[in-house]
Amino acid sequence: MTAKPERGLTRAQRASVITGVLCFVLILVVIQLWLLTATMNAYLGGDDGVVWPALVASAVCLALNLGLLRYLSRR
Amino acid sequence: MTDDPQQRPLDVRIDSPSREGLTGTARSDVYEPAREPEDVTAPPDHRPMDEQPRWRRDFAIDWPEDHFVARRDFVKFLVLTSGAFVAGQAWIAAQSLVRRRRPPPERAKIAALSALPPGSVRMFAYPEPHDPCLLIRTRDGQLLAYSQKCTHLACAVVQRLDEGILHCPCHEGIFDLATGRNIAGPPPRPLPIIELEVDGDDIFAIGVRERTV
Repeated sequence: MTAKPERGLTRAQRASVITGVLCFVLILVVIQLWLLTATMNAYLGGDDGVVWPALVASAVCLALNLGLLRYLSRR
Repeated sequence: MTDDPQQRPLDVRIDSPSREGLTGTARSDVYEPAREPEDVTAPPDHRPMDEQPRWRRDFAIDWPEDHFVARRDFVKFLVLTSGAFVAGQAWIAAQSLVRRRRPPPERAKIAALSALPPGSVRMFAYPEPHDPCLLIRTRDGQLLAYSQKCTHLACAVVQRLDEGILHCPCHEGIFDLATGRNIAGPPPRPLPIIELEVDGDDIFAIGVRERTV
């Protein structure tokens, strides 16, 4: 069952929704950037222990971002 | 007395009720209420926005509509960037697997102890010919060896025995001579240690120890 897009929102309200989604996506991307730099530093320092957990965490962030993008495409 | 708001005398007090939110000298009731962006957007043929072609809906002609579209596009771009970060993480994970399967570096003779007086430094390459390293014999006779590549951007570090440091001239990075730890400047990690073994008069490199702290 697919969710129907909500009707009746004014353009200003939809703009607020988009701005909120944008903020969430931006935060997740910044977390991913931090993960990538920290993982690269650890890998170059010979520490392989964080590589796979960081990959999983980054993939979870991507999944959340894709979900938010899908939500946004229905607005 | 006139009813024209422009002609009425202005209450100059900044906190007067008619001047709320204003920084200028005009009364607040001379302004029209702000219009909805939907009303501002007017396509050239004046048909409703739902009947406009897709390109006009996506690339609107006025600022409010353009602002609205640009944020959606920015979110799409951020999600694309998010995917690129995951690809980068996957590349690091793949490199980690490759490194784990790589055999350890072989033992290699790098110098003769008798040819290295206290307070001297010799360059050598280990484990590969393009991996420059420094072999240092301190004034008290201790043997130290580090990779010569700065952990910032791989410039060659230079020894300063009198100051007890290794100096990277590219961006003023400084490492402690006794431990190889990064103590100043942009380098994010200590220098990798080359593990040594002394057998008689021969000095051998037997491994590389990379560190994060």
